[in-house]
Amino acid sequence: MTALFFEQCLNGLQFGLLLFLLAAGLTLVFGIMDLVNLAHGSLYMIGAYFAATLTAWTGSFVIGVLLALVGTLLVGMAIEVIAMRRLYGRDHLDHVLGTFGLILFFDELVRLIWGPEGLSLPLPSWLNASVTIVPGFQYSAFRLAIIVVTLAVAAFLYVLVMRTRVGMLIRAGASNREMVGALGVNIKLLYTLVFGLGAALAGLAGMMQAPILTVQIGMGENILILAFVITVIGGIGSIRGAFIAALLVGFVDTLGRSYLPDLLRSILTPNAAATAAPALSSMLIYLLMAIVLVLRPEGLFPAVRK
Amino acid sequence: MSAALNLRNLVVCALLIALALLPAYVTASGNIFVLTLFTRIVILGLAAVSLNLILGYGGMMSFGHAVYLGIGGYAVGILAHEGVYSGFVQWPAAVAASALFALVIGALSLRTRGVYFIMITLAFAQMAYYVVAGLARYGGDDGLTIYKRSQFFAPLDLTNKVEFYYVCLAALFGAIYVVNRLVNSRFGLVVQGSRSNDVRMRAIGFPTYRYRLTCFVFAGMLCGLAGALIANNTDFVSPSMMYWTRSGDLIIMVVLGGMGSVVGPLIGAVALLVLEELLSGFTEYWQIILGPLLLLVVLFARGGVDGLLAQFSARARA
Repeated sequence: MTALFFEQCLNGLQFGLLLFLLAAGLTLVFGIMDLVNLAHGSLYMIGAYFAATLTAWTGSFVIGVLLALVGTLLVGMAIEVIAMRRLYGRDHLDHVLGTFGLILFFDELVRLIWGPEGLSLPLPSWLNASVTIVPGFQYSAFRLAIIVVTLAVAAFLYVLVMRTRVGMLIRAGASNREMVGALGVNIKLLYTLVFGLGAALAGLAGMMQAPILTVQIGMGENILILAFVITVIGGIGSIRGAFIAALLVGFVDTLGRSYLPDLLRSILTPNAAATAAPALSSMLIYLLMAIVLVLRPEGLFPAVRK
Repeated sequence: MSAALNLRNLVVCALLIALALLPAYVTASGNIFVLTLFTRIVILGLAAVSLNLILGYGGMMSFGHAVYLGIGGYAVGILAHEGVYSGFVQWPAAVAASALFALVIGALSLRTRGVYFIMITLAFAQMAYYVVAGLARYGGDDGLTIYKRSQFFAPLDLTNKVEFYYVCLAALFGAIYVVNRLVNSRFGLVVQGSRSNDVRMRAIGFPTYRYRLTCFVFAGMLCGLAGALIANNTDFVSPSMMYWTRSGDLIIMVVLGGMGSVVGPLIGAVALLVLEELLSGFTEYWQIILGPLLLLVVLFARGGVDGLLAQFSARARA
């Protein structure tokens, strides 16, 4: 029982960290460019497709994933240069509509290239194993690897944004675009890089989720909504908020799905519990969001706006 | 809408008359497919008109409007499943259930603005989607087949395609009339004022939250009615009718048609669905054309079709 609980906690942590990768890109792009990007889920999907294809080509999971990361980064930068750049400073409704158009485009493009059936991304044997964490308790090596990689990425993001010169320019660009441009910084290039970074983060999330689920069209859409919920809970534009909210959502969702049915069975009749449990456990995170909104309409960590 | 005789009003009148006369053409030509397509267009046009009430006039960017299509549809579906076929029960139930849902999520989401509002309405709609998909008794993911359409008094038979088309058209025209009256009333002006400058409206003494919430609920009710119509049209309801991409479609209709007038979204519904029909006849991968087209509309034709017509009329007058 305790072992199972511990495992579910680790699953929650892993899921939360994965969601953080997605939400971080979303909130970064929103906080800095004031851009609502619905097509973020498409980048998640593209990352997964790239990883699956490149792993099959190169025969190596690690090389495949690294190449796919670069690929997603380039796709993100291309999207920024071709489309997003023209949307800055426009109404949010324009962002929603324009990026919705991009979703349609990418879903169809993927269907055209890879066909309607999904792909699978098989794990190499060294990741497809179990690791003994404490004697008598084993955990999937791959899920553990996800936890390690995402934590490293979170630390990297923190150092990049808060401790480096590029990060300083990014923060400066967020508070006053014209002024940074006037001081001789190539703000356009900076934005392209930030968008590419967000894309690579989304792609990374996609390729790490790919071996657990299948790679398929529309895989980014459901998880995009979760990323939205996280940015709303954490406060739009705040990376720290996204991190904490992502962990919160990961835990609530995972633990809710595994323990709510039992909990309901102890209160309700088995029949009623069987009906209510799936509906209620999928509602949990939205209830969480509703509660946060009632208490703090700006999210837990509202980003300081100019 | 000004009463002036200009190109824009002419096009709108022509469209409304064409919609009213469509069944005559269908009977003459025997082309039933057009009637099926336009029944769908009219119903979704009604949904788009209701969305425009909050999106265009209220400035509330709801990204979860399709949820009422689902709620209205499921109200009809569930009642039919339980053996209640009377439309006098089903349709008010569809509208009431939508009103209740809109009241709850509106009360929560209207505390926020801008991007938060977009994401929250989206998230709540998605929540409803998952709840409905989890209703094992009513088909869950697979949806629910409706074996009998809503029943009204004797001569009216919704299984007759032409009669059903006219019922939908009556609902659409009724909604256009009511929304038009509403946006030009004192209530509508308060809502529009709140879109332009909420702080100022509150400063001069309007409790704008209540006005906006009422507007939000009313739009939900209209869309719930559209949901009841869809359920009767397809004889089937499934969670996918409230999936978030459906809400995206409704927004596309509103923006494509133009948010500046009450009839704009109807033009958008006609334009989008006819375009979809044409493109899908042209290639299987039609969304690869539609997507970038949307981006172009956003970038270069902000006012939509209605805006273009209005511009053209203004230029003709000058």
